[in-house]
Amino acid sequence: MSYLVTGARVIDQNGERRGDVRVNDGFIVEVGPDLSRNDQDRVLDASGCVLSPGFVDLHVHLREPGREDAETIETGSRAAALGGFTAVVAMPNTDPTQDSVEVVDFVRRQGERAGWCEVSPSGSITVSRAGEQLTPFAELADAGVRLFTDDGNGVQDPLLMRRAYEYASDLDVTLAQHCEVESLTAGAVMHEGECCSKLGLPGWPSLAEELMVHRDIELVRLTGARAHFLHLSTAGSVDLVRAAKGAGLPVTAEATPHHISLTDSLLASYNALYKVNPPLRTPQDLAAVRDGLADGTIDAIATDHAPHVPESKERPLDQAPPGMIGLETALGVALAHLEMPLVDVIAAMSWKPAAIAGIADRHGRPVEPGEPANLTVFDPSTEWEVVPAQLASKSHNTPYVGIPLRGRVRHTIFNGDAVVIDGKLQDK
Amino acid sequence: MTSVEQRQSAGPRGSRSLLSIDELGTDGVFRILDLADHMVEVNRRPNPKVPALRGKTVCNVFFEDSTRTRLSFETAAKRLSADTMTFSVAQSSLNKGESLRDTIETIAAMGVDAFVIRHGSSGAPWMVDKWTQASVINAGDGWHAHPTQALLDAYTVRTTLNRTGGLEGLRIAIVGDVKHSRVARSTSAVFRLLGADVTLVAPRTLLPPVVDEPTSENLDALIDDVDVLYLLRMQSERMNEALVPSLREYTTRFGLTPQRAGRLKQNALVMHPGPMNRGVEIAVDPAELPGAVITQQVSNGIAVRMAVLFELLGSGHGSADTLEGSSE
Amino acid sequence: MAHEIIERNRGLDGVVLVGIQRGGVWLAKALGAEIVRIEDRESGHASVPVGSVDASLYRDDIGLRPVAPGSVSELEFDIDGVTVVLVDDVLFTGRTVRAALDAIADYGRPRAVQLAVLIDRGHRELPIRPDYVGKNLPTSGDESVSVTSDGVVIS
Repeated sequence: MSYLVTGARVIDQNGERRGDVRVNDGFIVEVGPDLSRNDQDRVLDASGCVLSPGFVDLHVHLREPGREDAETIETGSRAAALGGFTAVVAMPNTDPTQDSVEVVDFVRRQGERAGWCEVSPSGSITVSRAGEQLTPFAELADAGVRLFTDDGNGVQDPLLMRRAYEYASDLDVTLAQHCEVESLTAGAVMHEGECCSKLGLPGWPSLAEELMVHRDIELVRLTGARAHFLHLSTAGSVDLVRAAKGAGLPVTAEATPHHISLTDSLLASYNALYKVNPPLRTPQDLAAVRDGLADGTIDAIATDHAPHVPESKERPLDQAPPGMIGLETALGVALAHLEMPLVDVIAAMSWKPAAIAGIADRHGRPVEPGEPANLTVFDPSTEWEVVPAQLASKSHNTPYVGIPLRGRVRHTIFNGDAVVIDGKLQDK
Repeated sequence: MTSVEQRQSAGPRGSRSLLSIDELGTDGVFRILDLADHMVEVNRRPNPKVPALRGKTVCNVFFEDSTRTRLSFETAAKRLSADTMTFSVAQSSLNKGESLRDTIETIAAMGVDAFVIRHGSSGAPWMVDKWTQASVINAGDGWHAHPTQALLDAYTVRTTLNRTGGLEGLRIAIVGDVKHSRVARSTSAVFRLLGADVTLVAPRTLLPPVVDEPTSENLDALIDDVDVLYLLRMQSERMNEALVPSLREYTTRFGLTPQRAGRLKQNALVMHPGPMNRGVEIAVDPAELPGAVITQQVSNGIAVRMAVLFELLGSGHGSADTLEGSSE
Repeated sequence: MAHEIIERNRGLDGVVLVGIQRGGVWLAKALGAEIVRIEDRESGHASVPVGSVDASLYRDDIGLRPVAPGSVSELEFDIDGVTVVLVDDVLFTGRTVRAALDAIADYGRPRAVQLAVLIDRGHRELPIRPDYVGKNLPTSGDESVSVTSDGVVIS
């Protein structure tokens, strides 16, 4: 199949130019102004739109295997394609856990079968994410796993985490930490501060995140291994990572769309849609996370897409599971809430996370002839509102109903196939 | 009298549910307190029952054990001639996967005019309120709110001190585990709404992370001057959470000991939401405290809950002018 | 009206006045004072108990319109076996009087209940008839009549 994308602002790591892009047989074959039209090309109009390397989401929960009632790899990767993502990293907190070659292979194959984007499985750091025994990093690395994390939980034991970093330092893998000292967050439902005090809800103090960010930075200093910090949410965490990067340590970090757009005051509605881990924070924290993205302290925007069935989100806050979906709204939230150059937003959604995910050989590539055709075309100025019933994700637990979003994906090209055209999935 | 009438006409009326003191507002608080006077008069009669809520059904839904509060609401409903149902689920047997919504919608389908909800989770009554057309009365949610307790506390102070207006100028100390106390949150709110100066007295470990109102960890510095000493229940499991080193030390610092009782002003009130931990927060016999109004709190609880039920179920939302015969 | 009440009950023995909240309360007090003044002239030591009753918890339109109870009922005397003269300012549909009768019944069993109203404006919706009327005032149903100690206003 070949496509001609016409009239786009092409933005990639080499800058911005205006032009057409021809894609044939999985690769970009031509980039330039006013390319000639061939009869066999399907023309994709990109006027008013930006064409960039495809987005990469470092952090999604696709729930398969285990909770296929909330999401499957098929439905989750459909949502990803609609959100402009050509690759997503699947978190390991499945059932069974992604702690063996068999399970990660299953996830990868399910992603290939679905065919909407690349599903790159992460592996867990510890067996069953129980925080006791390391998983076979090298075996999993041979099976293509580049990112290891116990996400959903942080690895609590400092000794075990030290061993994990030491062992990983010889392998070309990154350990990603969900930073939460759990003894400080027992029963926590929301950010510890003024709102939780009024609402009578157990608080999740910023300190619980920052202590572990600090611990892991020091472990990186000690071991030389690479660390990635998942979903940073506090001003203090951003400062710690900024200092670590200043010291030249091999650390990276991500932030979610909700931690740059929503505050803890929303919990006053007692609506569990707003319960997420780490929790929504204060306006000061939001500003610090946005600053961190703007100055590059935080490398990537990652959704922490966490689907949940409606019944579970209708429970009282302390009994409802944390998490919100985000694949289809990520770009709209980012462009509505970040005041940074468009190229930097794209960097944080494409080539920077691609590098962290260890898939930069095929995603987040410059828009040049010969490169794999993983591309996103989006209108950066469209204002829209999310309608849950229209989402492709199997679960509809989005917190953005009624909140204006800006920027919407028009076309997504994955592996040379236009999987989304004019905002619609192209069923095969 | 004129001030009462002004208040009655000023406040937004016809609210369907009572979830928190904040939502009730000052006018609503005064309206309930004034109505409670009528109910106290009813309760004094040989036959303490009026037909006001005949044909209405009040369902007590208690997800947490609280015999006192449940009995108080039941009695209140019955004295207004409402029918009552009780749905009781001990938290321990509650399957976490079971849907609160299903429970509520099932009971609502039986024809219920008001739900009285006690739930261990903060916010549960707000969720229930979204799922039903019936009135919802918060009978205590998590650490969050217990508005009828607050109203009966305010009523008790107001009547005992013969106040007709608010509680302006009163110095009130609420002592104990404020952090985990829905009573403290609601009662301090109503006292402040009525103009009292409220100080929360507790060690830092038993205060919420962020507190707007004045706090103190020195009960002895306040005890001589307070008009109302409000003691909270100290639960023994707080020790296991390292919130206080021992109950003995708690009593030494924050308990009402005979020494402290001797320093109270002569007409100072001593209050407690019950059930009391004797020897912990109250290390004297309350029967020997002239200012103890703990049993009055309990009996006023029925009158205040009658007032709340009547206000929510008896007030109607229509305008008086449109109804025939109403201008008589 | 005070004369009528004394005349019809042959004195004050076993007669109490009960004003219906709110408009009947001042009227009951005024009637009581007048009755005492009249009787005092003759016996020198007259007294008539005056109380009030709040019928709002007995109304048949509870839930249909906003609650506006007056002051708390004050019946500090036993009403078993006595003649209760219910007093109200305006008699209209009769529904308030019906509620007040129920309220009175909860306090005891009077020998008889009589009804005194300052204004009877007609439009009865229940079989209730006043024993003492200050003035019959024909009105239309949608007019509003309000009474104070200063006078009567129709609007």
